[in-house]
Amino acid sequence: MIEVSNLQKYFGYLPAVDGVSFSVEPGEILGFLGPNGAGKSTTMKMITGFITPTMGKISVCGCDIETDKLSAQRKMGYLPEGTPAYEEMTPRGFLGFIAEIRGYSKSERASRIGSVTETMGLESVLDQRIETLSKGFKRRVGLAQAIIHDPKVLVLDEPTDGLDPNQKYQVREMIRGLSRDKIVIISTHILEEVTAVCTRAVILASGKIVSDCTPRELEEKSRYHQAVTLIFKSPEDIPAVVTKIQNLELVKSVEENGLELLVVPEYKDGSLLPHISSLVREEGWQLAGLFQEKGRLDEVFRSITEEGSHAGH
Amino acid sequence: MQGINIVLKREFASYFATPIAYVFILIFLILSGVFTFYLGNFYERQQADLSPFFNFHPWLYLFLVPAVSMRLWSEERKSGTIELLMTLPLTKYDAIVGKFLAAWFFTGIALLLTFPLWVTVNYLGEPDNGVILASYIGSWLMAGGFLAIGSCASALSKSQVIAFIICGVTCLLFILAGFPLVLNSFNDWLPAILVDTIASLSFLTHFTSVSKGVLSLRDMLYFISMIVFWLVFTSVVLEFKQAD
Repeated sequence: MIEVSNLQKYFGYLPAVDGVSFSVEPGEILGFLGPNGAGKSTTMKMITGFITPTMGKISVCGCDIETDKLSAQRKMGYLPEGTPAYEEMTPRGFLGFIAEIRGYSKSERASRIGSVTETMGLESVLDQRIETLSKGFKRRVGLAQAIIHDPKVLVLDEPTDGLDPNQKYQVREMIRGLSRDKIVIISTHILEEVTAVCTRAVILASGKIVSDCTPRELEEKSRYHQAVTLIFKSPEDIPAVVTKIQNLELVKSVEENGLELLVVPEYKDGSLLPHISSLVREEGWQLAGLFQEKGRLDEVFRSITEEGSHAGH
Repeated sequence: MQGINIVLKREFASYFATPIAYVFILIFLILSGVFTFYLGNFYERQQADLSPFFNFHPWLYLFLVPAVSMRLWSEERKSGTIELLMTLPLTKYDAIVGKFLAAWFFTGIALLLTFPLWVTVNYLGEPDNGVILASYIGSWLMAGGFLAIGSCASALSKSQVIAFIICGVTCLLFILAGFPLVLNSFNDWLPAILVDTIASLSFLTHFTSVSKGVLSLRDMLYFISMIVFWLVFTSVVLEFKQAD
């Protein structure tokens, strides 16, 4: 369990993190979201003990990061932003170094390296210098280093940043594949990632938590939640269609985009889709698609973080 | 202790993973040879000792040691590995001391590789090998002092060039503080006790006796306390600049 209470970090007079409190239970995959400079990385750096908070307390599995830093650090695996590694080393040497610091004996080290090598698919590059590896492999080396001691807490700062879609998928699969009793904290500015891997999303803006809920709840906050999209096959008389739909009681607004109509409901109770589909049948509209939106995270994100940063000023 | 050892091993190996180590050692050997034979008049003196060799060590270290020490922390900071290192279950002192020792052992190796000079002088005459041994130890201790300054300079900046220059200038000040010319200029307007203090802070003052083969406890303590002071200062700098 991680408990963070009233965490603050000032750089000069500038608050980077300003009164952040939250706690994470084992089994949770917590996603830190927020615009650049919101304090995600700074919070992670304080949790992992790299920088000292100006104020506030952090405890990781019962170990206070200030008074018992080493015990806390033993329980954590950390992938810093940008995956730093000793580039002149080979993954084998690098992982060996980390494992040695993590306190494994020589024979244990070999088996630990073997197992993370397999999980991360590093066999083919194990004896190549890290500086010669591709970005994807470097990231995997960084992740391997973070999980080599099978930590209870895993802190990953932008683990998929700069990877191609396949590599992103692999990293997410790896995170999801971790055992259920771990705490995982990841930071990201990719919103789809939150729905893809996280069980909880904390949004930071200007150093403050502005939202803390499940990704699902986040989607529900969207004004497009349960909105209905209609895609027409041919350019019909769209204005007439729009008027007809707008005449429905449940409809709040209709947004037009070429052959696509986005119908925003008045109430988010799922009652709009049946109405729309019966209207489509009655009118005999030829549609290429008709579906219900889950909600648009980017829109929620923008509205929450902008509100938050206005409140901060 | 365990942590120091692991950091030391990794750091030491990293010197030899790149050409830096070989280039450094080569240049060190060539320059020490040049200094000894051409500037030190090794043959012309007709004396079987190595003082022409050791006399030039402060000046040799002045620009070679910063070259070794500049990467200690600057590189970690630049590549971001400092964040990795400092979030591993290691104390800050494990990292600082481990890295320092790696650099110190490395210069020790370079120093040991000057053994052909010792062989030469023994072939040519009958030198006092005790004196030579004491000078070697003293020179290595002095290198440690330079390196500790370098460690601190390196912690100050992401840029290795800046680290090199800061270290070089600081070391130069510590050498010059014992240079008769500089001390004379102080003599006129500073009380003798202050002049003595300045002189006693100098590498040169302490190394002069060492290069003659007198390795007194006082000089050893001086070099060791220089090392300790600058390493502690390194940790202060690291703490202060942690978030950069």
